[in-house]
Amino acid sequence: MVNTLFTIWSGLPQDVQIPALIIAKIVVILVPLLLSVAYLTFAERKIIGYMQLRIGPQRVGPHGWLQPIADTLKLLLKEIVIPGKANRFLFLLAPVLSIGPALAAWAVIPFGRGMTLANVDAGLLFLLALTSMGIYGVLIAGWASNSKYAFLGAMRSAAQMVAYEIAMGFALVGVLMASGSLNLGKIVLAQQGGILHWFWLPLLPLFFIYFISGVAETNRAPFDVAEGESEIVAGFHVEYSGMAFAIFFLAEYANMILISTLAAVLFLGGWLSPFEGTILQGYLAWVPGTAWLLIKTVGFLFLFLWFRATFPRYRYDQIMRLGWKVFIPITIVWLFVEGAAILFHLQPWFA
Amino acid sequence: MPEIRNFTMNFGPQHPAAHGVLRLVLEMDGEVIVRADPHIGLLHRATEKLAESKPYNQSIGYMDRLDYMSMMCNEHAYVLAIERLLGVEPPLRAQYIRVMFDEITRLLNHLMWLATHAIDVGAMTVFLYCFREREDLFDCYEAVSGARMHTSYYRPGGVYRDLPDRMPQHHPSQWRSARDLKRMNRARQGSLLDFIEDFTERFPGYIDEYETLLTDNRIWKQRTVGIGVVSPERARQLAFTGPMLRGSGIEWDLRKKQPYEVYDRVDFDIPVGVNGDCYDRYLVRVEEMRQSNRIVRQCVDWLRRNPGPVVLQDHKVTPPPREEMKADMEALIHHFKLFTEGFCIPEGEAYAAIEHPKGEFGIYLVSDGANKPYRLKIRPPAFVHLGALDEMGRGHMLADCVALIGTLDIVFGDVDR
Repeated sequence: MVNTLFTIWSGLPQDVQIPALIIAKIVVILVPLLLSVAYLTFAERKIIGYMQLRIGPQRVGPHGWLQPIADTLKLLLKEIVIPGKANRFLFLLAPVLSIGPALAAWAVIPFGRGMTLANVDAGLLFLLALTSMGIYGVLIAGWASNSKYAFLGAMRSAAQMVAYEIAMGFALVGVLMASGSLNLGKIVLAQQGGILHWFWLPLLPLFFIYFISGVAETNRAPFDVAEGESEIVAGFHVEYSGMAFAIFFLAEYANMILISTLAAVLFLGGWLSPFEGTILQGYLAWVPGTAWLLIKTVGFLFLFLWFRATFPRYRYDQIMRLGWKVFIPITIVWLFVEGAAILFHLQPWFA
Repeated sequence: MPEIRNFTMNFGPQHPAAHGVLRLVLEMDGEVIVRADPHIGLLHRATEKLAESKPYNQSIGYMDRLDYMSMMCNEHAYVLAIERLLGVEPPLRAQYIRVMFDEITRLLNHLMWLATHAIDVGAMTVFLYCFREREDLFDCYEAVSGARMHTSYYRPGGVYRDLPDRMPQHHPSQWRSARDLKRMNRARQGSLLDFIEDFTERFPGYIDEYETLLTDNRIWKQRTVGIGVVSPERARQLAFTGPMLRGSGIEWDLRKKQPYEVYDRVDFDIPVGVNGDCYDRYLVRVEEMRQSNRIVRQCVDWLRRNPGPVVLQDHKVTPPPREEMKADMEALIHHFKLFTEGFCIPEGEAYAAIEHPKGEFGIYLVSDGANKPYRLKIRPPAFVHLGALDEMGRGHMLADCVALIGTLDIVFGDVDR
């Protein structure tokens, strides 16, 4: 069986083999990703539920485990209502524009040593470019809906994303300076040597700013002014229903996972074991690197949910103030500090 | 040259932060509110007119439905007005029960206010915490009157019946484990008073929980400090009452200034704010909850020690007991007359105002000597406060408008009547 498959495979021409391999890799990345998005919504409802003295979904399947499947089915079967005065083409284009970058960004994420779809040297740049693309989906959705609530939501989110993009970019520049590479795999390898060698310590302010900006970038509480449930109802996607809405939802959650994974890769040593250099290293050598990455990512995702259950929502202008007047100056100052540290070869990070 | 116009937005009537059916036409310059024009009347039920066609007692139920967050307080003002016209005073025990339930109602209202205010500003968890306590308080309502919200418990001349000796317990069910059931019934082993006392012991801890989430939270403060500032002078001119007035720093509370029932016998403080912004009003209301808890506590102690009648024995106004009716012709006649014709009130007029959780709630009653009011005028606090929304909201942002609606503590049953 395996042999026959192998013969068929080697019989294929080179031009077919490469795309087939890439598509297979994409499937291997995307299917677990979409499943984790589905179960992230479930985790969100359960975790926030327990934080709020509720029990969360409980009825569909054992302990509610089939709830995400039921939700997906429901959304698939619902009608996509297009408002009469909306721009049809742009209205339907917007969800595509927002899910596209959210999925494409995963191409450069290293899941383990050498485990990446595209091992490009400009990985970090690629990520920055794609995460800024996501804003077009939101903007176009808000504009094309021809609704005042959606329009306000789009305006808010455009301003917010631009502001936090800058802070985030500066934080990433810090990582770039520390690792000396834009390749995500090399960035992880530059952090080898145990917890204290990871970039979170020398880049502590940048680490915090990166993660908070990430929360803002994904429009999650307490920065969810673009959706602002109690102010502008649902913001940019107020007119969307059925699968069109589901795609926005999917993109938001995929972005959450992306930001969490990136935080783990850039600041917490990606797939590296936290016990490197300790006695436990030998005992835990069997744990695959992907598992460490997963644990770190889940930790960050939990923070996303925790924030949502705890904090009130910022006001739009307060978010702007935080972004422009607090985060950007801090990142710039820390870049200078880091530059000095590199200049004086501060051990052990900038040897 | 295109003409530049402000953005007009319809906020409500179907909006998650509209607290019912508020339709707010907002004129906005970008995110900044230039003018906020509240359109009301979507919940108008002509309560005042309805009352004119019914015997006095039959309108008590309508009062519950005015401000459906503080049911018993509405009843209180109405029965107080009737009692003033009749010239009767309920027994002391009834007065204590009324004060206790007024304060329980205040807790209910303030919990609802805190829950919705917090969720409007984005703090979701406080909402569910508050609802946990409201459940217990609704159980008190249910134990005493049989209804969880619209109780019709206060009657002219007292209250409908005495406090029950047994607190109803949760039944076993396939959805609860035996351990859960035991935990849920832990406080329900004794009488209603035991249950309320247990609640008053737990409640300050719960308030601490809300305060941990909000009071010193930087985001909460950024969203409420300096928002909707009303100066003391302006608060007076706008006819503010209740926590809205006290938030602006004016110490005015009908429970202290014009004590009714037994408020002069219980010990409590009136919190006042300093700056008159949303944050101060928040602090005032939270402190009011602690004070209400204190009053409930004192009432429980007094009610424990002093059994007695809870309603007047004047059967021209209150129905005679069932047993009496079986044997006594006169009692039967009284009962028949009361439940068909009702009682007649001597000609005259009276205004009864109480310190409702939202402010001064007044009933102005004019009687022409018949068995129904000639005219009933309701003075709702929320209607008056809503009138200040435009002034408070001007120059603030859209998100603040939501915080302002929250801080006004308006309920549309009350505004539209």
